[in-house]
Amino acid sequence: MKILVAVKRVIDYNVKVRVKADCSDVDLANVKMALNPFCEIAVEEAIRLKESGQAQEIVVVSIGSKACQEQLRTALALGADRAIQVEAPDNLAPLSIARILKQVAQEESADLILLGKQSIDADNNQTGQMLAALMDRPQATFASEVQVEGGSLRVTREIDGGLQTLSMQLPAVVTTDLRLNEPRYASLPNIMKAKRKPLEVKTPEELGAEVTNGVELLGVEAPAERQAGIRVSSVEELVDKLRNEAKVLA
Amino acid sequence: MSTLILSEHDNQSLKPVTLSLISAAQAIGGEIDLLVAGNNCDAVAEAAAQIGGVRKVILADHAAYAHQLAENVSKLVAELAQGYSHVLAPGTTTGKNILPRVAALLGVNQLSDIISVESADTFKRPIYAGNAIARVKSSDPIKVMTVRGTAFDAADATGGNANIERCTRVHQHTDIEFVGEALASSDRPELTAASTVISGGRGLGNGENFEMLYRLADKLGAAVGASRAAVDAGFVPNDMQVGQTGKMVAPELYIAVGISGAIQHLAGMKDSKVIVAVNKDEEAPIFQIADYSLVGDLFDAVPELEQRV
Repeated sequence: MKILVAVKRVIDYNVKVRVKADCSDVDLANVKMALNPFCEIAVEEAIRLKESGQAQEIVVVSIGSKACQEQLRTALALGADRAIQVEAPDNLAPLSIARILKQVAQEESADLILLGKQSIDADNNQTGQMLAALMDRPQATFASEVQVEGGSLRVTREIDGGLQTLSMQLPAVVTTDLRLNEPRYASLPNIMKAKRKPLEVKTPEELGAEVTNGVELLGVEAPAERQAGIRVSSVEELVDKLRNEAKVLA
Repeated sequence: MSTLILSEHDNQSLKPVTLSLISAAQAIGGEIDLLVAGNNCDAVAEAAAQIGGVRKVILADHAAYAHQLAENVSKLVAELAQGYSHVLAPGTTTGKNILPRVAALLGVNQLSDIISVESADTFKRPIYAGNAIARVKSSDPIKVMTVRGTAFDAADATGGNANIERCTRVHQHTDIEFVGEALASSDRPELTAASTVISGGRGLGNGENFEMLYRLADKLGAAVGASRAAVDAGFVPNDMQVGQTGKMVAPELYIAVGISGAIQHLAGMKDSKVIVAVNKDEEAPIFQIADYSLVGDLFDAVPELEQRV
């Protein structure tokens, strides 16, 4: 089985996000960037499938400016075999990303395409589903367990009401949820080795993927701030306030 | 202008989030049609037809749609979407699973989790876990969007008498099969629809201690949620998680017990009307957004609270 893992470079999850003074966008100048946490889980899952002998090769792909090669190297250090950077603007919409990924997946004849369920910047939660639709293949989003059974997958998904299990024929698209696995850290020798692993650069034109944008960002604002309220000294006082001040208790 | 709404249901009853989507569609303007795709779901279609302001209900009743498999439902929605200016689905795991496929099949972008309608083509949506709000304008011929239910008031469930139109189109992807599901059953209200929510965090220490919250919840008619830390630690199942990647809630009263207030958790509950926090760590970030803060041991406070309410 050959696995394609799509990853995204995003703001580090520990960084406090600030809106630019002119409200045109979020300020990303000089902030720490990292591999999107859900993508990290996708990379880890691919590595585990390879370690257990169920996958033979892991190709990792990212779409964006040259800076995303840093995250591709991270994925290589974790255990991916080779990488592809598709040179494109950093803010492409999920539809364009999915169109590019479809071409890459076909070129690579990937059996399983793993992605994070969402990126923590745009919070779109769309790319995996769109990719599966464009390929007319099954999908398992929000996966918390993935089992390979010959040419098919059995995936447990986290849904609002609990858990759902699906069985699907490969090729298929799986997007990862938080509890699928706990990603490892890259060791120093592996970080050094990753520098020599192959990293290919392609363009959407070479891949024959159409890049469009039907959504315009008009501006970004900070959310309404909630002010801290008051300290209560006892449960008695709390219940009194909830009853008589906030009027949320009968 | 006209909007097609993918309704949320379990083949037996229509989920309240559908009513919030009606409000979002009314803010957009134009006619509103509801699609009920499922299996043996006549009762759902009948309930949908009662909602005020609905022009018609489209009922697609077939085994292929029984479990809301995205592969099947998305093709149905994409086919029906022709002629509509807007297609909406709730920002639930079902809506998030299906709707991007619809958008891709239609060759248009999707806007996720909109929280405000500025005009028929301009919307607001949270980004970066709600730490920024983006104003976006769509130029796509069909606007395909998921809607955050808690951001819109529920429309009136009655007052309408729409026609139910049967749709016999069946889409069945042969490479996917539903195996089973383990759904939490509870007599308490649903997290996203409850007017009071009590959530527990790592401070509870283990799953057994959640009993304390259940007892309080039963007295208040509340739902019980949890922080990611409590779910990751295995105290409670995933369907109870409130936060950026869990459920979004905005009840009248939110009581956070033993929750420090990681930004991912705050993203899921900070639109609650009144927030109460109980935590022994007076530096806990949750206190910065709570209306009423009680610094103290939750193992004393929760039983006392149960007695006093």
